[in-house]
Amino acid sequence: MKLGISATEYLSLVRSGEISVEEFVAKTIDRIQAVENKVHAYITIDSENALNKAKLIDKKIRAKEKTGMLLGMPVSIKDNICTARLRTTCASGLLENFVAPYDATVVSRLKQQDSIIIGKANLDEFAMGSTTEFSHFGPSKNPWNPEYVPGGSSGGSGVSVSSLECMVSLGSDTGGSVRSPASFCSVVGLKPTYGLVSRYGLVSYANSIEQVGPIARKVEDIALVMNVIAGHDPHDDTTVKKTNEDYVAGIDTGIKGKKIGLVQQMTGDGVDKEILAATNKAVSKLQDLGAECMPVSLGAVEHSVAAYYTIASAEASSNLARYDNLRYGFDFGTEGYEFKAYVSKVRSNFGPEVTRRMLLGAFVLSAGYYGKYYLKAQKVRTMMKSQIDEAFKKVDLLVAPTMPILPFKLGEKIDDPLKLYLLDINTITANLTGIPAISIPIEISSAGLPIGIQLFANSFQEKSLLQAAYSLQQTVNLPEVPL
Amino acid sequence: MTKIGLEIHCQLTKLESKLFCSCKADYRSLPPNSNICPICVGLPGSLPTLNKKAVEKASMISIALGCKIPEKISFFRKNYFYPDLPKNFQITQYNAYGPTSIGSDGIVQIEGKEIRIRRIQLEEDPGRLVYEGSSQKTQITLVDYNRAGTPLVEIVTEPDFENPRQVRIFLNVLADLVENLGVSDPYLEGAMRVDGNISVEKGNRVEIKNVGSFRDVEKALHFEMTRQQSLVDRGIEVAAETRHWDDARKITVSSRSKEEEQDYRYLPEADIPIVGIAQDRIENLKKQMPESIVAKKERYVKKYGIPQQVADVLSSGKFYSDLFEKSHTESNAKEVANIITTDLMGFADTREKKTDLKLTHRNISDLADAIVNGTMTRNSGKIALQEMIKTGRSLSEIMSSLDLGNMNDASSLEKIIDEVFVEEEKAVSEAKQNPDTINYIVGKVMRKTKGKADPGTTLEIIRKKLSL
Repeated sequence: MKLGISATEYLSLVRSGEISVEEFVAKTIDRIQAVENKVHAYITIDSENALNKAKLIDKKIRAKEKTGMLLGMPVSIKDNICTARLRTTCASGLLENFVAPYDATVVSRLKQQDSIIIGKANLDEFAMGSTTEFSHFGPSKNPWNPEYVPGGSSGGSGVSVSSLECMVSLGSDTGGSVRSPASFCSVVGLKPTYGLVSRYGLVSYANSIEQVGPIARKVEDIALVMNVIAGHDPHDDTTVKKTNEDYVAGIDTGIKGKKIGLVQQMTGDGVDKEILAATNKAVSKLQDLGAECMPVSLGAVEHSVAAYYTIASAEASSNLARYDNLRYGFDFGTEGYEFKAYVSKVRSNFGPEVTRRMLLGAFVLSAGYYGKYYLKAQKVRTMMKSQIDEAFKKVDLLVAPTMPILPFKLGEKIDDPLKLYLLDINTITANLTGIPAISIPIEISSAGLPIGIQLFANSFQEKSLLQAAYSLQQTVNLPEVPL
Repeated sequence: MTKIGLEIHCQLTKLESKLFCSCKADYRSLPPNSNICPICVGLPGSLPTLNKKAVEKASMISIALGCKIPEKISFFRKNYFYPDLPKNFQITQYNAYGPTSIGSDGIVQIEGKEIRIRRIQLEEDPGRLVYEGSSQKTQITLVDYNRAGTPLVEIVTEPDFENPRQVRIFLNVLADLVENLGVSDPYLEGAMRVDGNISVEKGNRVEIKNVGSFRDVEKALHFEMTRQQSLVDRGIEVAAETRHWDDARKITVSSRSKEEEQDYRYLPEADIPIVGIAQDRIENLKKQMPESIVAKKERYVKKYGIPQQVADVLSSGKFYSDLFEKSHTESNAKEVANIITTDLMGFADTREKKTDLKLTHRNISDLADAIVNGTMTRNSGKIALQEMIKTGRSLSEIMSSLDLGNMNDASSLEKIIDEVFVEEEKAVSEAKQNPDTINYIVGKVMRKTKGKADPGTTLEIIRKKLSL
């Protein structure tokens, strides 16, 4: 039995009795033990409980009792998504021992379908970062070359799926945090439409733009997970009330006659030559599949990084204000401190990137600067939205490289926040406008590093997005992870 | 000229649950930190979901205060660090970027004067700080989050009050209004809290906080007005500052904390989508809203001929007007109003006494009937009422057990009057000289009959006997 099978293959093997859940989970745990010290995908691993759950589900299958549709599939959960029994650290020193008294809605939906939470995946502290280097627990490493960054902030999620330490993972995408590690680790990652997936239990960083999104090795696995997690949640007022779609059905419909726009502002000079070449090759494959491809201009992309960091930081400064260590947190007595002194003291334990964004956010919201920065950023957002609306009047999908550059070495850019921020240029448009976007692997570079491509669709057009991604996936043949 | 403006916080105590979660809105008398959930203590990952009923109740207040209600309302975060604030921001409303709060630009008439309402906003109450010992000296501050997230309406007036008396009248009107609307019980401890801004001619504006009960507001403002005026009279500048009301000493004290201008870094609350308020919903709400106090009063006067003053008292308190509505009939309305306003209000003047009342609607109605048709005197009625308050027993039971029936049997009354004439010989001869003293004898008769004698009949018989 191979660990690198797709979720769809897994389900049919378990259903036919060819493998048991326990067998697969045990093998996954062996794999974690074998590779974890090389890649560091996890903050917390829950092997024992995973095995017990696996046995229970096997028992249900043998007894022909009703089981959930995920049949014991082992999943990893980004550690900023709450799990009732396992700690949720957000990769921060401030929440090192925080155990939420509840499951996030996405987690309870996975559990209801009998999936097994095998561990909590590493991330940049509070999901702020693009490389997973800003983790209180140390960086995750790229399974394709452990000297390289895996992308971020859902680095642990991307790594755990890529290095076969789980079947699928849930990450969160605020500015590209699901798609960046998907691209850098050669797996598939979806940022759903804002409002399609519940954020209840996702620890907020920038709550007006982020979504929980799945990472998997195959597009059809993403569709399967979306069937479980998508849909209205009474605990999240921002989720939309609409009938649930079946994303798996008709995923092989093809893209004949679809109009696809190549975003000019995302394929300019700043993009690595090898990535551009791979993108063009993918575009011609899309044409071969019957799609009509054309250039599309989104002028506002130029301002998107500035707008994104203004809005995200502003929201972060407010969302992270609650971490004053009074109701939960790490062990640090209040004796001898006055309230504000205590709060300042404990909050000095945030890492450098979180501190930077909170300060930036407090600044852009302060009296006299709100109009100059925050309101202006919101105007850019409105402008982007209207340009996106215009674009989707002409085309069905948009395409662009996920990341402008190839994975780079750990530590290479950690001291240059601006360079790191610019990595998000191609991903944040989807966050600021709310539209769905998916990254799928298309090539391995000459240096052996993964290259991903990104497809965008209009809001709530996930079904057509997944169909296009699936079609393209069928044309690529990539090597197995060298780990 | 003295200018006073108010910020009134009024809890929507009649709601079942908090503003953003399903914990109880009625947090009072619960053990500390037992009425909490991940949402109202702001645990990581929790999200607020808006209580639609709260929006409805706040809309009712806006309508009743003559405010404009926008087509869309939205929420903002007010960011500041304070131990009673679990998220270190408060979810509230903010009109700096256009009117998006539940109400604005209203007008309230008090004694012919117009008080303009600047805005009304819906927001969450913070938790409560409990100091061990007095707040000045304590080393330990405890936090009780039971209150955190309770729905609160903030009403901000323009500085239209000219003196503290107007403020008191306004606050009474407002308290009666929210009570009548059935959105709040303003007399619950901490349900209605008032901060004031006051300035005198040639002086700066001073903010007064921490006034424990809204009844003390008048005192605090009065103290402050006098203090400011005496400074101005001596040519000393009135400092623009925040002062706290010291309830023990009944004075205002400058807040010791540095009052740097707080920057709240307001930010739209993205977790709560903008709420559209359809015009027809407002119209519907208007139809469903209880009759206003003013309309109620007019009806009492016009329909039943109840005197203005009685109608005024009866209509303003919801407890008593509800009692009136349920107990009166066409024929006894005036007497029911009379019993409630002259006797019952005196007996049941506190919240505890009101809740302990055993009295039924039937009781009051029967009593009024008895008085109207002359089977009982007002005096006996008072005694019967007290008994009803305690036991709720029926009028007929009370009448027989306490022997309260009217003594309209003229011969037995005459017999008693004869007895009094013998006992009070001196008074009788005096009354013959000076008829004005006749009431003394009537009083004696009433005492002897335990109030059962009809005063009119008694007087008539006495006059006859004295050949007056």
